[in-house]
Amino acid sequence: MTVTVRLFASYAERLGHSSLSIELPAGSRVEDAVTSLRNMPGGSMLPPTPLVAINRGYASPDSVLSEGDELAVIPPVAGG
Amino acid sequence: MRAAIVHEPIDPAALIAEVAHESNGATSVFLGTVRSDNDGKDVAGIEYSAYDEMAGTEMVAILEETRSAFAVEHAVVEHRVGTLAIGDISIAVVVATPHRAASLSAVQYIVEEVKGRAPIWKLEHYVDGTRGWVGAGSREATR
Repeated sequence: MTVTVRLFASYAERLGHSSLSIELPAGSRVEDAVTSLRNMPGGSMLPPTPLVAINRGYASPDSVLSEGDELAVIPPVAGG
Repeated sequence: MRAAIVHEPIDPAALIAEVAHESNGATSVFLGTVRSDNDGKDVAGIEYSAYDEMAGTEMVAILEETRSAFAVEHAVVEHRVGTLAIGDISIAVVVATPHRAASLSAVQYIVEEVKGRAPIWKLEHYVDGTRGWVGAGSREATR
């Protein structure tokens, strides 16, 4: 299945992408996607369990992904 | 009740007018502004970015929580993104209620929750030419 990954701020800078598509086996979880991202160039700077959101709602490492999901990997927030 | 990520300068007077209602006897305002120093470094400006769609959704959720917790009916929050200079307003929270206690408490709640939950980031640019992403309690220096 294909999942769209959104990256922001320092994560986007390090991986060189703000949005990309990754292929994962059906039934994959967030942690599987993060492992895939950490194996990409620049991906080692991602923490093993970063803050994530699926389709714009906060999710956990064991959340199951579905075809077409938008997975956002969220650096420490710093609004205000 | 309204929450928005904005790209243009924030107009506090317009926000105060937006929450005005004859039933309200108290209006509380919080303005966050870009300051010239952070942790001993001279700041030239801040570049704010956001996961716009989710940040908006999260701020709306925070306003709904505020409605439940403090019986607030008139509140607005705007967070600006883009390149801001020293003194520019980055966030404005305005709450109007019948009595002051609710508006003061609600403003503090909204500010703290937005800072802690809304997916918004800031890249500080320093006078010495360096830059750094600011996170929750940490700064990641880059050049």
